[in-house]
Amino acid sequence: MLRAPHSWRRVLTIAPPFVWLILFLLLPFLLVLKISFADLQFGVPPYTALAEFKDEALSIVLNLRGYVLLFTDSLYVATYLHSVKMAAITTVCCVLIGYPMAYYIARSEPAVRNLLLIGVILPFWTSLLLRVYAWIGILRNDGLLNNLLMAFGLIDQPLEIYRTDLAVYIGLVYAYLPFFILPLYANLVKLDTRLLEAAYDLGARPWSAFISVVLPLSMPGVIAGAMLVFIPSVGEFVIPEMLGGADTLMIGRVMWTEFFNNSDWPMAAAVTCVMVLLLLVPMVLFQYGQVRQLEMRGGRR
Amino acid sequence: MNDVRPGASWSGAADEFVRIDNVVKIYADVVAVKSLSLSVGRHEIFALLGSSGCGKSTLLRMLAGFEEATSGRIFLDNEEITALPPYKRPVNMMFQSYALFPHMTVEANVAFGLKQEGVPRNEIHSRVYEALDLVQMGAYARRKPAQLSGGQQQRVALARSLVKRPKLLLLDEPMSALDKQIRQKTQIELVKILDKVGVTCIMVTHDQEEAMTMAHRMAVMSEGQIVQCGTPQEVYDFPNSRFVAGFVGSTNLFSGTITVDEPDHVQIESEQLSRPLYVDHGVSEPLGMEVHVSIRPERIRVHREQPSTDVNWGHGVVSHMAWMGSYARYQIRLDSGMLVEASVPRLAMMQDDAPAVDEEVYIAWSDDSATVLPS
Repeated sequence: MLRAPHSWRRVLTIAPPFVWLILFLLLPFLLVLKISFADLQFGVPPYTALAEFKDEALSIVLNLRGYVLLFTDSLYVATYLHSVKMAAITTVCCVLIGYPMAYYIARSEPAVRNLLLIGVILPFWTSLLLRVYAWIGILRNDGLLNNLLMAFGLIDQPLEIYRTDLAVYIGLVYAYLPFFILPLYANLVKLDTRLLEAAYDLGARPWSAFISVVLPLSMPGVIAGAMLVFIPSVGEFVIPEMLGGADTLMIGRVMWTEFFNNSDWPMAAAVTCVMVLLLLVPMVLFQYGQVRQLEMRGGRR
Repeated sequence: MNDVRPGASWSGAADEFVRIDNVVKIYADVVAVKSLSLSVGRHEIFALLGSSGCGKSTLLRMLAGFEEATSGRIFLDNEEITALPPYKRPVNMMFQSYALFPHMTVEANVAFGLKQEGVPRNEIHSRVYEALDLVQMGAYARRKPAQLSGGQQQRVALARSLVKRPKLLLLDEPMSALDKQIRQKTQIELVKILDKVGVTCIMVTHDQEEAMTMAHRMAVMSEGQIVQCGTPQEVYDFPNSRFVAGFVGSTNLFSGTITVDEPDHVQIESEQLSRPLYVDHGVSEPLGMEVHVSIRPERIRVHREQPSTDVNWGHGVVSHMAWMGSYARYQIRLDSGMLVEASVPRLAMMQDDAPAVDEEVYIAWSDDSATVLPS
């Protein structure tokens, strides 16, 4: 009896994030899921209702057109695979570029460290759209990069980057790099430098000490950062739309096309649901498991 | 300086296994170690004792190779190691916080150093278990450091730093992370293990009891310099300065002038005492010079009756008494107003009933109790 008010307080403390997640994540997703089982129709909204009560009979019609099309039309399957591939390559690039950066920042003097962190965060002060437009200006055939390379005589003809997959990779890595650096930095800055000294003391050369001590201890940060890059890149729309060519297939663009160009809401909803259920849910579960395992290995007392 | 005090000679090691030669370490604007020279013999356990910021840790880190000496040279077994990186030195360190790798098992922690050396797999296994058995941790080989108690972690750290059979073992505040209760027991165990292995060891500590329990010889450091170096008994019984006398153990300091200066004894007149101090050793200071005299609390006896001798006693009132268990700690205010500390063993207290607070008492000590301090 005495505990009742305490447990109420606890519920009140934990409730806001759950309410938030239910209102703005679960509920919208259920709406989308509902639409994905509807059929196309002209009017407002542009899809049929799932349940109908007519002549004293409740009929629920689950329309699977979107899902059937998804798994039979090779275009959709190819889009999924291509999105995953692009997100995976982006993630690998972010790891390779971001790890040394995060490590360097974490090892810097505190004053320098803050300056470098501001440098990482600074791009967020301008809108992503503007920054992607800037990349168009750099990567275009008559853009900054090609002009510079030609001025130095390194190339005779402009490199064809804009409107290719390469441009999309550049844009994705550029946009998502901070999301990798920040969680990894937070992990690396906590790393006890005495562990590194102990490794040196026991005869490990710097590279070997890094591989056997720093890298395994920073894995939770690497995984967290990689997920923050991978998951949004899979569904990214703006960057492939603006930098990619017509043949750059990504889920985000397909969704956009179905939704706005074809006004096929059920199809767009099905694409979304399949992405969430097949890709993102397993990823999140994997990350949860990994981080928990690593934290247990790291010995939380 | 032809000092005739016993134990006052500079005690260098006989065979100079470790030789630190005029080593200086200057950080951006702070001199951490001022031209320090020291030698440590083979198989010796040597303690660097000092309060925080005295440069002892910097010196240890220079021996390990984590810090580079600004100038000076360090030799180990007749080879210069001054500029060697830590991974090339035959030196291993047990860190203050142990610095065990949290993602590795006890076994992997101990095997780490051998793997870096490229020791064959089956030899690694036997040497790891040999080291773990030495510290009685063989049964815990599969555990992670976080699953061990502080004392067990310390043993693993010791095994890890011994398994490579280093020429020199460094201990950084080896007991500071342990509870006070298990410290003393662990100190003795650690010394037993070190003696068994026969490794040369330099340890750093701020705890004088720890240094005295564990070390064969010790150096008291202050402001980047060695103030006194010798066996724990020498340093305790014959401190060479007021700083050392106060830092190593507690003491009563009297100031006075030398009135009798003979080769085998001196007599010192102090305003703080009603009777002169008689010291049974000669000093190098001239007659009439102002000196300080140190008398340890355990050397002072507390009586109700006036001593029959002419020297080495004083009169006062008990101002405070604290039972410490095996002994009682008295504070006695002398007629001069000075507070003197005396520790009286329990045994002595039982025989005659102990003087109480506010009682008039006499304090007295034998001729060999006092030490004249040159500075």
